[in-house]
Amino acid sequence: MSRIRGGHNFYQIRLSDQKITASREMVDILLALDLNTIEIHRKSVNEGGFILYDSEIAKKKFEEPEFIDIPFRKIALDVGKNSVMANTVAIGAALGILDLGLEALKKILIETFSRKGEEVVQNNIACAEAGYKYALTNCPKCEAFGIREPEGKRLMIITGLQAIAMGAIMSGCKFYSAYPMSPSTEIMEYLASRAEEYNLVVEQAEDEIAAINMAIGASFAGVRAMTGTSGGGFALMVEGLSLIGMTETPLVIAEMQRPGPATGFPTRTEQGDLLFVLHAGHGEFPRVIFEPGTPKQAFYLTNRAFELAEKYQIPVFILSDQYLAESEWTFEELGSEKLIYNDYRLREEDLKDVEDYKRYKFSSTGISLLAVPGEAGKHLVVADSDEHDEEGHIVEDSETRIKMVQKRLLKKLPLIKKEIEAPFLYGDPSPKIVLVGHGSTYGVIKEVVDTIPKDKKAAMLHFSQIYPFSERDRFDYIGLLENADLTICIENNATEQFAKLLRSETGFEFSHQISKYDGRPFTIENLKEELHAYI
Amino acid sequence: MPTSEDYKSQVPAWCPGCGNFQILSTIKQALIELGIEPWEVLVVSGIGQAGKLPHYIKCHTFNGLHGRTLPVATAAKLANHSLHVIAVAGDGDCYGEGGNHFLHTIRRNPNISLFVHNNQIYGLTKGQASPTTAEGTYTTIQPYGVLQEAMNPLAMAISQNCSFVARGFAGDQEHLKELMKAAIKHKGFALLDILQPCVTFNKINTFKWYRDRVYRLGDDYDPYNRNKAFEKSLEWGDKIPNGIFYKYEREIFEERVPAIQEKPLVRQKFSLEEVKHEIEKFY
Repeated sequence: MSRIRGGHNFYQIRLSDQKITASREMVDILLALDLNTIEIHRKSVNEGGFILYDSEIAKKKFEEPEFIDIPFRKIALDVGKNSVMANTVAIGAALGILDLGLEALKKILIETFSRKGEEVVQNNIACAEAGYKYALTNCPKCEAFGIREPEGKRLMIITGLQAIAMGAIMSGCKFYSAYPMSPSTEIMEYLASRAEEYNLVVEQAEDEIAAINMAIGASFAGVRAMTGTSGGGFALMVEGLSLIGMTETPLVIAEMQRPGPATGFPTRTEQGDLLFVLHAGHGEFPRVIFEPGTPKQAFYLTNRAFELAEKYQIPVFILSDQYLAESEWTFEELGSEKLIYNDYRLREEDLKDVEDYKRYKFSSTGISLLAVPGEAGKHLVVADSDEHDEEGHIVEDSETRIKMVQKRLLKKLPLIKKEIEAPFLYGDPSPKIVLVGHGSTYGVIKEVVDTIPKDKKAAMLHFSQIYPFSERDRFDYIGLLENADLTICIENNATEQFAKLLRSETGFEFSHQISKYDGRPFTIENLKEELHAYI
Repeated sequence: MPTSEDYKSQVPAWCPGCGNFQILSTIKQALIELGIEPWEVLVVSGIGQAGKLPHYIKCHTFNGLHGRTLPVATAAKLANHSLHVIAVAGDGDCYGEGGNHFLHTIRRNPNISLFVHNNQIYGLTKGQASPTTAEGTYTTIQPYGVLQEAMNPLAMAISQNCSFVARGFAGDQEHLKELMKAAIKHKGFALLDILQPCVTFNKINTFKWYRDRVYRLGDDYDPYNRNKAFEKSLEWGDKIPNGIFYKYEREIFEERVPAIQEKPLVRQKFSLEEVKHEIEKFY
């Protein structure tokens, strides 16, 4: 969670030599840098686990067997000549207990502290080594974990936000305007850090209204653009969204949810904005919503978002939440081979056979040629938020209105629907139990399915291309649900938003619902516990 | 060279006698005299009677939302700084709904011109007070008269060190044309506030009312003196000065954004080959 320098702050790391995709409730090692941490998290330590602490810092001595008292502060002072390095000692100690070696940590210490000079780097390394040794010597019973670094595989470590931002760069996004808001800000920070390398324009707008209108202006002028925010900021962008609908300006919008209403829980997680994003904007216009389940999906769906936004000249959302956005995941495979890039914007040479260019010319698909103003020879590009004629000029007549609604909405909808991929089925191919989720619950549902005995015939059905729903002729996921005995929709919100959406679009009603709205993500333990009542 | 035929478009739906007609024909004349072709200029407008202007002229147009002209115009300029970008707004549009963008666009200083049709009233919604309506003016929803002091956009712009601050009068087209040309030619964000009588809803600030009061700043006026400019911008009442109040030459936004120093963003071709090593940074 994102406290700055005050308050209680913690970080949970789960590691395994097997593939893992979710967080756990309980921990094996609690590394406590103050007494408060011990008091809050002590109950989350597994039987057989350890609490590493410094009785001098905590000003309290614990006698229970799980406590290992390590003089973080004293070692830091003795070895590093500065008590601030107590945390480096502590990390060294944790690695010692896991017997994982110090090479990786040393690399990080060099990267992190080299700008502070060689002495700081060397003192930190010495602290890490001292902590490591101390733990090895004083905790002989800690070998039980037995985790080994996987051999031969290169793993990447990435957050959902980084995957989205990298996906944007690799999809040709050249312009990003936003207003800082947790948990979306890192997209802007990432893009700003790459602005020089890839010639990106990243602008911090005066408010979210300006942010979306800037992105629209850049897109209208001919560059791939994107904006990003969280629920409250998106609320300010809503009129701009409607402007995209009317002017048919391609735009990708990242909405990183946090619990509302209003300021809510700024640094916690929830899937509470799904129906808001779906219904936002006055008037009727098409949109696509993607809600990735992993950073890998976030990367590829961001690429797909740019493709669909430009192909159909519509807004496309990357909807995610604080949990996926800010969690760091390791992956083996993320490649540029499967990325798509089609430039749908037309310049003078592309338009040489067009005699009389009209920005909103009627067509069988509803899609009109997207010319770049100023780069299209003498052709003029006119966009209007009023109802307009084919040229883009304001009109009042009902005949044009009807044709324009058909053009920008009704003709495009079935074509967009065809682009949407089916939900992902994991587990039994003809399941009796189906756990259904969307977005960031992917990992936890998947791992929980693995824990259900095979003879129960359980599966996960996960939606990441969430709206519009994909056509059933590709994969009859509704038939699959209808054939199951138990269908449980799992959501990080209080009002069963996805279940409502699926029901309104397909008529299917889940047999059960599990909702979690405490601002925390599902963990393997608490989802299993919730499921216990049904399975 | 462009001619008035090149800029000819549909017949405006403004009230007969509206000050917007003079502004429209003056913009066209200014563009023609500057030799700017219709495909070289983008007019961004908002909502209000002024917002309709680009429909009555032939050029690239983005007629967006109420109050949001400046973010769109700024970004369009960043995307393609080879375009002449003119933002057209009304007093309610720019100083009310879009007031925050007005302040921050001054800070950014993009090389765009902002023409504000300031008729001191809301025309499109039929006669309510705008941010520049005189205190005490009675309207349908201000039955006790306007309770707020009128906003002074020129003084505000000068206080924020806006790079070009001018005011013209729709009834003095010759002068207005010169101001428009100066604003378009000026390198930096140029505010041109245009006093525009609303013949239907504003019965106070009429053509006659203005003609009796407006005067042109003389040749001896120095627009580079900020204190004098501020003092001048406060003059309002029996005498109303028009002209270029203030000029401050500083680097424009487009010169400060590294990505667009070599060529406009819109002309930079994307190649996946050139960015794909980005993935490697996460291993």
